[in-house]
Amino acid sequence: MGPIAINGLISANLNLVIAVFLGMGFGFVLEASGFSSARNIAGAFYGYNFVVVRVFFTAVIVTMVGLLYLSYFGWLNLSQIFILPTYLPSMITGSVIMGLGMIIGGFCPGTSFAAVAIGKIDALFFAIGLYIGIFIFAEVFPFLEKFYLSGYLGHITLTDLTGIKAGWWAFGFTVIALVAFWVTASIEKKVRKKIKEYKF
Amino acid sequence: METLPKPEKNKTKYINPYLGGVLMGVVLLVTIFISGRELGISGAVRDSVVATANVISPVAAKESTYYGKFLKNGHHPMDNWLDYEVLGVILGGLLSGILFKRIRKPFVERGPNVSKGRRLTAAVIGGILFGFGTRLGRGCTSGAALSGASTFAFGGVLVMVILFASAFAFAYFFRKLWI
Repeated sequence: MGPIAINGLISANLNLVIAVFLGMGFGFVLEASGFSSARNIAGAFYGYNFVVVRVFFTAVIVTMVGLLYLSYFGWLNLSQIFILPTYLPSMITGSVIMGLGMIIGGFCPGTSFAAVAIGKIDALFFAIGLYIGIFIFAEVFPFLEKFYLSGYLGHITLTDLTGIKAGWWAFGFTVIALVAFWVTASIEKKVRKKIKEYKF
Repeated sequence: METLPKPEKNKTKYINPYLGGVLMGVVLLVTIFISGRELGISGAVRDSVVATANVISPVAAKESTYYGKFLKNGHHPMDNWLDYEVLGVILGGLLSGILFKRIRKPFVERGPNVSKGRRLTAAVIGGILFGFGTRLGRGCTSGAALSGASTFAFGGVLVMVILFASAFAFAYFFRKLWI
């Protein structure tokens, strides 16, 4: 039963080899979907290209539903998978800063790496920036530590927080995603008519 | 779509975004099934920063409140699952670039109304902000937003919603960079 590495069904070293291949799958999809272009990513925030919304939300709902099926079949123990912890103040602040960084830089870390791989110099500069940003964080960490650890809610899921079952959340996200696909497609059509110089 | 000028060469042919989303979801599902982990990226950049600090000044790094946390277990700071995965991300991007013929001489991609210098300056500044933000946010768009939200983690949904909302809220001020 999965997660198979955690349950000792594969060796630690094999798990690292598999990591390279899983990363390759992820990098391949990022590049093939067009995330290796900062203009494609930024497009979602100006209405001319919603590829980010389509790929991202499809991936989220596929994974959500997939996890529920794997658990239902008894193939995956959901209590053993990593659940991101919640630290309210620092994660809200961090997300605002990341959003600002994304609109200025045009990438997020994963997409910048996929873009570096095909020779985008702007992505390389973004990746160098990431390194500098994390270095600055590490250096000022002693001053931020208290804030960094404040508002800890634990490794909580939406179900822990609300009592509403995961299946309903998956259903809700699917509905939201479908509405978002439809709305963004119509916005994109209108905006693209106005933008003449954008080559797609 | 029809009203847009056709690109000079057919080098920007991407796969269907919904197919891309399904494939991305499957990769994430397999990752969780095999390793129980998230598909992160920024943690690997952190590991490279820790590794650098450890080379420049091993003693100071071990005593540092931040670097010290990642040097306790004794093995190399870049010998983590995440670092192998990110190596794969670069290889996978390269593979797709080769397959779809998008590899070309390194160039700067930019909006129609922005100079190369400004684009690159903005890329570095954006990267610095994003990098700093990932540490507070416990991950980036991949490890926190995508993997977190997909595993029903409240923190993941929080990062996903606020990150995209923030980019949208600031978009007006940086429109000259893109449109």
